[in-house]
Amino acid sequence: MGQKTQRNLTSLLRISVLILGLGVVLLPIWYMIITSFKPQTMIFELPPHLWPQTWTLKNYSAALGKDHFGLYFMNSAKVALLSTLLTVFISSMLAFAFARLDFPFKEPIFYIFLLGMMVPPVMLIIPQFLVAKWLSLFNHMGLILVYTTMNISMQTFLLRGVFENVPIDLEEAARIDGGGTWTIFWKIILPLSLPGLSVVIINTFLYSWEEFAWANVAIKNASQRTLPIAIALFQSEHLTEWGQVFAASLVALVPVLIIFIIFQRHFVQGISTTGLKG
Amino acid sequence: MGGEEPPTSLPETMHTRRRSDLLPALIFLLPGLVLFALFFLGPMLYSLRISFFEWKIVHPDQSVFVGFQNYQRALSDPIFRRAILNTLAYTVITVSVKLFLGLGVALLLNDAFRGRTFFRVAYYLPVITSWVIVSLLFEYMFNGQAGLINYFLKDILHVIPKSILWFADPILTLVPIVLLDIWKGIGWAAIIFLAGLQTIPAELYEAARVDGASSWAQVRYITWPLLAPTTSFLVVVLVIGGLNAYVPFQLMTNGGDPMDLTHSVLTLMYEATFGKIDFGYGAAISYLLTIFVFIVSIVELRLMRQQAG
Repeated sequence: MGQKTQRNLTSLLRISVLILGLGVVLLPIWYMIITSFKPQTMIFELPPHLWPQTWTLKNYSAALGKDHFGLYFMNSAKVALLSTLLTVFISSMLAFAFARLDFPFKEPIFYIFLLGMMVPPVMLIIPQFLVAKWLSLFNHMGLILVYTTMNISMQTFLLRGVFENVPIDLEEAARIDGGGTWTIFWKIILPLSLPGLSVVIINTFLYSWEEFAWANVAIKNASQRTLPIAIALFQSEHLTEWGQVFAASLVALVPVLIIFIIFQRHFVQGISTTGLKG
Repeated sequence: MGGEEPPTSLPETMHTRRRSDLLPALIFLLPGLVLFALFFLGPMLYSLRISFFEWKIVHPDQSVFVGFQNYQRALSDPIFRRAILNTLAYTVITVSVKLFLGLGVALLLNDAFRGRTFFRVAYYLPVITSWVIVSLLFEYMFNGQAGLINYFLKDILHVIPKSILWFADPILTLVPIVLLDIWKGIGWAAIIFLAGLQTIPAELYEAARVDGASSWAQVRYITWPLLAPTTSFLVVVLVIGGLNAYVPFQLMTNGGDPMDLTHSVLTLMYEATFGKIDFGYGAAISYLLTIFVFIVSIVELRLMRQQAG
């Protein structure tokens, strides 16, 4: 009896702490949501209300109709999707080689790739800018290639851990059946690593969807801008129109949310199948 | 590895396996290697070269070699020193708070209970928002006149006599930036800790409970030591991220306002490079930061390995 009461108390305490924390975590997001529904006259109201006195959809129609929002949205979608695809593909190939193949200088090559986890992406902007200039890559292709490169190191590192955990017996069985290396990679390793791949997909999509620094220098043509650039520019041009800024921002969050909801089921499990295992 | 014949005593399978791997390995490595060489290794080396020149972006061939002058200039520049101080303070505070709270959240979310998935997703929500968006959001919440935070502190808690102009003061500006990073980062630390917690066998806790160990003792003597690899991974990655802070500083301080006192190292680098078109100086700043990040990471890994051993 005493033990049961104690357990109930513990779980009550746990829920209370979690709900309190949740309030702090969600408050800024909630504030952004209601501000996006406030009319412009109430943006700097005192006292600020956490529940709008008047609701309006004007911010949405204004923000989404203005400045080619749809175009920027599609630009971001294209860049993020292709970067994610390319990263998943290239990183899993690399990780497969490091996890399952034998070749000379394997360790040193792997460590060179790990360098990419240590060097700040922003630091590379200067020389990447020069490379992009040399290859005429001030366009979406330039974004996709750089985003993929900046993600390769971390994601290869994670996937190597995942692939190492796929039982070797399956691979040997496939070899006996005459399966080549590509078959083993494509038909055995990849399908058995979906949780780990989910982590890579979420990481990479998030990075490419929100990247600001590189897009800010690499995209000169206004029609090729991605959403983060467009939103930051919009805010600096319409300093006080926070309702519209947040309306645009919230719409920009939707794709990330969708990707996260689709893949989150595997997320925690996926991380523990990676190289971070204790 | 050279051209040597493998010893004949080597098992036949091993021999053939090694042989047959070289070609597939090349094919599997090639796309990644090309991309990495072109957009990472090449740029890194090129950047090193630039940092020794007074670089002319339009006519690179007219650039003047200046040796270590760009580096010396940075190290003796008070704005650069201030940027280092800002970045270090930001990193130390955000990393320690994120580790502490992240572990707390992970421990609360580790056991099975109703609504666990909901909480996991909810606590992760700030992580998936984008830096640009939440930087603007915090700027709005910390607005000097009618911001939510000022209202809360002044009119509800009565802890400040009048509204604070957060972004007019070089120290106070760091408050929203630090809070933003903590708010956005706890969920990530928690999820990584959760993954680590899942690898700790439940039997250990059962045995401890049988021996009458308190919850605190279980955390102290089972969870914490067994989480060491996860913790060291987190420390290294979070410190690297902290030292590389860019977007929140750039957007909330407009790159250094007021009076260039609120730069992070990277906003300063960005301004030198693309604002003042001083590529050599910008590259030198990047290299100083990279060397520092590299040394810090190695020291961290050493220290934690020692501790674990």
